[in-house]
Amino acid sequence: MSVLASPCCSTPPEAAAPRTVMEIERLGLAYHGAWAFRDVSLQIPANTVTALIGPSGCGKTSFLSCLNRLSDLIPGCTTEGSVRLRGRDIRDRDVDVVALRRQVGMIFQKPNPFALSIRRNIELPLREIGVRDRSEVDAIVERVLREVGLWEEVKDRLQAPALALSGGQQQRLCIARALTLQPELLLMDEPCSALDPIASGVVEDLIAQLKQRYSVLIVTHNLAQARRISDRCGVFWVRGGTGGLVECGETGCIFECPTDPVTAAYVQGRRG
Amino acid sequence: MPRFDALLVHGAALTVAAVFCWLLGDLAWHGLGQIDWTFLTSAPRDAGRAGGIGPILVSTMLILAVCMGVSVPLGVGAAVFLSEYTATASSFGRAVGHSLDVLAGIPSIVFGLFGSAFFCVVLGLGFSILSGGLTLACMVLPILIRATEEGLRAVPDDVRHGAAALGLSRTRTLFSLLLPAAAPGLLVGLVLGIGRALAETAALIFTSGYVDRMPESLMDSGRALSLHIFDLSMNISGGNANAYASAVVLVVLLLAINLTASWITGRWLHRRSFVV
Repeated sequence: MSVLASPCCSTPPEAAAPRTVMEIERLGLAYHGAWAFRDVSLQIPANTVTALIGPSGCGKTSFLSCLNRLSDLIPGCTTEGSVRLRGRDIRDRDVDVVALRRQVGMIFQKPNPFALSIRRNIELPLREIGVRDRSEVDAIVERVLREVGLWEEVKDRLQAPALALSGGQQQRLCIARALTLQPELLLMDEPCSALDPIASGVVEDLIAQLKQRYSVLIVTHNLAQARRISDRCGVFWVRGGTGGLVECGETGCIFECPTDPVTAAYVQGRRG
Repeated sequence: MPRFDALLVHGAALTVAAVFCWLLGDLAWHGLGQIDWTFLTSAPRDAGRAGGIGPILVSTMLILAVCMGVSVPLGVGAAVFLSEYTATASSFGRAVGHSLDVLAGIPSIVFGLFGSAFFCVVLGLGFSILSGGLTLACMVLPILIRATEEGLRAVPDDVRHGAAALGLSRTRTLFSLLLPAAAPGLLVGLVLGIGRALAETAALIFTSGYVDRMPESLMDSGRALSLHIFDLSMNISGGNANAYASAVVLVVLLLAINLTASWITGRWLHRRSFVV
């Protein structure tokens, strides 16, 4: 499957030429020999939100899990191709997976704060990288909670259990927790699908702001959401039992003048 | 009119409760009268017909301490290995699981014979509190491992994946997240294990021995509480009164441990998930 450039994207790529955070080439993943997706090539530019859309079961989540090698944890899972972060292939045998996961943060579909206090949730990854100084930790806790707009809501109860927060607050806490390590890239796997519309809207606004400092790759089932928050958009589809990237380009192009008939049918709500 | 099946289940529940109450009542009726501070602290006289259970309580606690001191670290280690470092489906994990289940079902007298042959003779520890405690440790290990493993497996994979995605090391994930979450399971195993150890007679006859003197070290022989009850009621004529009193002490001990454990679990779960 080739990635077609949409013709309506008149701006030549060299014009803005944003830095590329991650280059993915011919990536594939199989569970016990059955390909979930294959032959996916994609470049993720810095300070943009890239959305991946497509129907369920076409390999989007599996694709994300390759990018921080969380796929290593799934038994019977094999991958092929290359994923370059700062020019280095993260699939290399000698890559420090723990260090990689600090550079590539991940937000899950279901908010998964640890059963600890709000503060401790943020403190845990910091301690892991050796930040123990109380005032430094305090400063970072405040910074990340402000970044996700949670500071005013929880500043008086940092010691309260994180699980006592509402779903939307929990998800923002998870984002804050991922930001503590200042990752190069944030992977988000349908971060709003477990939230009510209002909480979902808050998280969406947050993602749109995050791109000023971070790069985001988000998987979503919600086409309207992809259209609202993403700069670039990729469409996954299943062909012959294996998922793949059908088309990728500027979000506007994907929705206005898609080149692939499958994309056209999907974004116009005729399929999928 | 209540239906027949409702009557049946209520009847069954009532019967169980009645048996339990009768047992407790009988014990209290016969035993409570003898219990006072002197009984708890003084040494048995006249083969236990008179006097108290002081040295026997001390021996029991020492045996229990040895047993738990050895089995808890080993058991938690094994449980972590089974649930975190071996795949559930792997043949090795399954084999270990099966052997643990078989081990848990082995009659305690067999453990007693094994302990006697191995700890007392081969390792040369003799009839001692140490031998008894180690034998009991072998016996409660399967219970402890299974309960802790269940506790760890019940922790959703979300936690493991979330921790991995944050770049937390395996050790930190284990100690900061998984073990605290599995603590209630561990505690259940601990209570079951202590219960089994406290109730044990057969495994201790051949290992920690029969001597009812105050133990001076772990290498001394010491008589456990349940063994004392067994001896008084089976071998000593006229020992029934003190056997009842000792049984009351044993039951109260078990109840206290049980209640403490469930109280701790309750507090723990409350503190972790709700507003403090």
